[in-house]
Amino acid sequence: MRRIQMTVDGRSHVAEVEPRLLLVHHLRENLGIGGVHVGCNTTSCGACTVHLDGESVKSCTVLAVQADGHEVTTVQGIRENGLWHPMQQAFHEAHGLQCGYCTPGMIMASISLLKEKPEATEEEIREGLEGNLCRCTGYENIVKAVQMAQPHMSGQPAPTS
Amino acid sequence: MTEAPERYVGGGVPRKEDPALVTGRATWTDNIKLPGMLHLSMLRSPYAHAKITSIDVSEAKNQPGVVTVLTGDDLAPEYERNPQDNPAAVTGYGLSLHERPHGGAQVTETADNTDGQPVDEKTRTFVAWIVHDELKIPTHWPVARDEVNFAGDIVAVVVATDRYKAQDALEFIEVDYEPLDVVTDLEAALEEGSPLVHEDLGTNEAYTWDLDNGDVEDAFSRADVTVKERYLQPRLIPNAIETRGVVANPEPTNGGFTVYTSTQVPHILRAVLSSYCGFPEQTLRVVAPDVGGGFGSKLNVYAEEVVALVLARKLGVPVKWVEDRSENYVATIHGRGQIQDIEVAATSEGKILGMRVKLLADMGAYLHLNTPGIPLLGAFMYPGVYTFPAYSFECTGVFTNKTPTDAYRGAGRPEAAYAVERIMEALARETGLDPAEVRRRNFYEPFDEPTDTPAGIQYDSMNMQPALDRVLELADYEGLREEQRRRRENNDPVQLGIGFSTYTEICGLAPSQVLSALGAGGAGWEMAKVQMLASGKVEVITGTTPHGQGHVTSWSQIAADALGVDVDDVEVLHGDTAMAPYGRDTYGSRSLPVGGVAVHMAAQKVVEKAKKIAAHMLEAAEGDIEFEGGKFSVAGSPEQNVSMQDVSGAAYLANNLPEGMEPVLSEECFFDPPNFTFPFGAHICVTEVDTETGFVRIRDYFGVDDCGPIVNPTIVDGQLHGGIAQGIAQALYEEAVYDEDGNLTTGSMVDYLIPGAPELPNYTLDRTVTPSPSNVMGVKGVGEAGTIGSPPAVINSIVDALSLYGITHVDMPASPWKVWQAIQDAQGRDAGTRDADRSGRPSQAPTSADTEGGSTS
Repeated sequence: MRRIQMTVDGRSHVAEVEPRLLLVHHLRENLGIGGVHVGCNTTSCGACTVHLDGESVKSCTVLAVQADGHEVTTVQGIRENGLWHPMQQAFHEAHGLQCGYCTPGMIMASISLLKEKPEATEEEIREGLEGNLCRCTGYENIVKAVQMAQPHMSGQPAPTS
Repeated sequence: MTEAPERYVGGGVPRKEDPALVTGRATWTDNIKLPGMLHLSMLRSPYAHAKITSIDVSEAKNQPGVVTVLTGDDLAPEYERNPQDNPAAVTGYGLSLHERPHGGAQVTETADNTDGQPVDEKTRTFVAWIVHDELKIPTHWPVARDEVNFAGDIVAVVVATDRYKAQDALEFIEVDYEPLDVVTDLEAALEEGSPLVHEDLGTNEAYTWDLDNGDVEDAFSRADVTVKERYLQPRLIPNAIETRGVVANPEPTNGGFTVYTSTQVPHILRAVLSSYCGFPEQTLRVVAPDVGGGFGSKLNVYAEEVVALVLARKLGVPVKWVEDRSENYVATIHGRGQIQDIEVAATSEGKILGMRVKLLADMGAYLHLNTPGIPLLGAFMYPGVYTFPAYSFECTGVFTNKTPTDAYRGAGRPEAAYAVERIMEALARETGLDPAEVRRRNFYEPFDEPTDTPAGIQYDSMNMQPALDRVLELADYEGLREEQRRRRENNDPVQLGIGFSTYTEICGLAPSQVLSALGAGGAGWEMAKVQMLASGKVEVITGTTPHGQGHVTSWSQIAADALGVDVDDVEVLHGDTAMAPYGRDTYGSRSLPVGGVAVHMAAQKVVEKAKKIAAHMLEAAEGDIEFEGGKFSVAGSPEQNVSMQDVSGAAYLANNLPEGMEPVLSEECFFDPPNFTFPFGAHICVTEVDTETGFVRIRDYFGVDDCGPIVNPTIVDGQLHGGIAQGIAQALYEEAVYDEDGNLTTGSMVDYLIPGAPELPNYTLDRTVTPSPSNVMGVKGVGEAGTIGSPPAVINSIVDALSLYGITHVDMPASPWKVWQAIQDAQGRDAGTRDADRSGRPSQAPTSADTEGGSTS
């Protein structure tokens, strides 16, 4: 067992974990963060996407011990001033989700994408979300959601919530 | 109390489901944790066909955290511990499943029956759709006992204190297998001397079902033109992004159990589990929490659900099983998997005289809940949107050593739409007509009352011409043809393809009597309950079980309009048999045309009763009461009025009700529609095909769909987007490929290509509105329409682009390799790579040379 510390959604957590424990299972099983989903366990679907020190990672292919001393942000920790993050708002308004299972990962990947490329074109958005699979929407409304969020991503809260 | 609202139905009300989903606060089955909960892990057969000669679980039992390990033999006595409690459970598909006659019928000598006495002909099975009296039903144990029949069959179950430990222990179970011959190919499976998936059945033929309407022989003898083609429907893997999972929890208060499971069908599951496991139905509660997609794959009763339930009973603690993605690929049902032979007879003007269809349908190793019935959902749809006098259909279900098939989005109808829409292209070629024109010549005259079809059923309504005209206009058809000519003249390496599909489908399952006649028992109704609470707010209880379709929002809109209340004053409850004991769940695009309509009708009953109370309150005659915008008023004096909330308060207090009236406003409706609904539409897919690489890009996708009046256009468009995307996925990317030993070689998301955002286009949609006479709202289902309409549009488009080479057919999935190979073959070049790429392909998938153009006679 290994003792690790990480800050998750702004709160510090210390835990004893097996070295083989996946970050996604640590978040879900030990810390009770049900908004990080497992879709494939093979880095294919992106349902488990979280931010590790601000960069998006697939938490099914990161070991919990690799996140020792780092900061993790999940979809449950992205509200700003008590309001939804602009990306959450945009997914809702653009109908960018149906069953919603891929959504937390899709939102985290989209935030990271726009952080790197605030002016991303439609094509760049599509390419940028390549690692996140959605089986319900056919992606058009997901792309629209990301475009809708673009003007609101300067750290300003969403226009409505 | 809120103001009198505008009309909600028809408006894009934002989804009420979203807040929990976008903030990560939904309740998925895997998020359920109960005190003392144990975890299950399944050991699965690596062999597609083998005898189990021994299983040694002793070492596994000694591993850390392991509570117990059970084999199929250990579990056999657990399934049905108290059958006397449930002697003849009605599952909604007829009597209890374990009372099914054994399909092998005449087993005279088995290990248990060496003295020649008649054996017990009852068998254990999950199948509920008995398509045929002679259906062969193999014994299907949740955990295999003597024999495994596909790679993925469960052979042992580990119960441990956590999931990692349960998984670890699997490696310590020792199983000796004696491999048996494997059959994966549909045609080979029917040949004399083929290995048999189930030796005791004596054949791999599960059933043959046929349908004849009109004089087909005569049609073919009179024809100027006949076209005959063979199409392949690849096996597909549904891949809901949430895998399956189940938690079974003992309920000490009544000695019963609650089963939380990622399912589309909690009500069907309750009845079937009750029957299968001998549980008194009233003590069994099934809950579908938030469900992360289904697409038909969660329209079933699975071994793991049975095992979790009986282990919760045996161990007296909650148990949980969650499927890995790698398990999902082999353990959750697959879809499609057919060989289609289709033949059309027509006049030289392109008018169809008759059609013959002959199918081989892959059942896989066992019959799941609806396995044999799925191809028959297509049987009635091969004639499509075309009217002609004679039709014959025959389908043979075939056992193979592969994962069982069952419903996958569209279930039988995408196969039908593909075949007819592909052969219409062949007919266009043969008659020299434009593909749009040959379709037009065979359309029905518009109708809005039930009308007979070549397959002997009645479509509810249809008006194809406006849909086709509109899609031609949307796509700028003439402009596209002009661009295509230009590219051809310029020898552009990237050629343009324009592909049509004019489709209809049968959905809104549906009339109980018809389902019964088809062997599916019946119970096609749906339940809704609408109740006004003490505060004047509204609760809607529905028997439908959404998993992404937005029923909470749409049913709120329907109820709010009917009751004249604010949409936010309505809550919709679903997915829990304790809350809604009656329900027939969500599949077959049935939820709106059956369940949504039931909400409307129940709300109307509430209004009817409220009107009587309002008349009493206003001291007016009931006939003088008008209801509008949530207010009951006396005709001619609108200032004399009471609101729906006033009335519901009066009904609740019950201190001044009309003589003899029961308190409260709470009404139920069980709606059993008189017919299915038949949405229809016209699609055009525009592809750019790189003739140097074989790469296909979908440049544009146009769809004009008619699903009757729309409740929520945003949700409807979303359903169409997703449906079209899944159809494109089938046409271009997805295929479950088995090697000759029965190993699934596309058993992960790395090998099985689910399209991502870069692979899919934007969708340009419009609609026409032809109300259905099957229900008072005129609505039709839309969940599967896109998946049904799109695959032929995509393939027709590719073939259209390649027609300059004389290419007339490319099989699904039309990978760059297949397209490129077709071009090489057409130009008489031997690229020499065919075998390299096709190794591992099922032998029923012929090379492109075999199918080039199908065979046109």
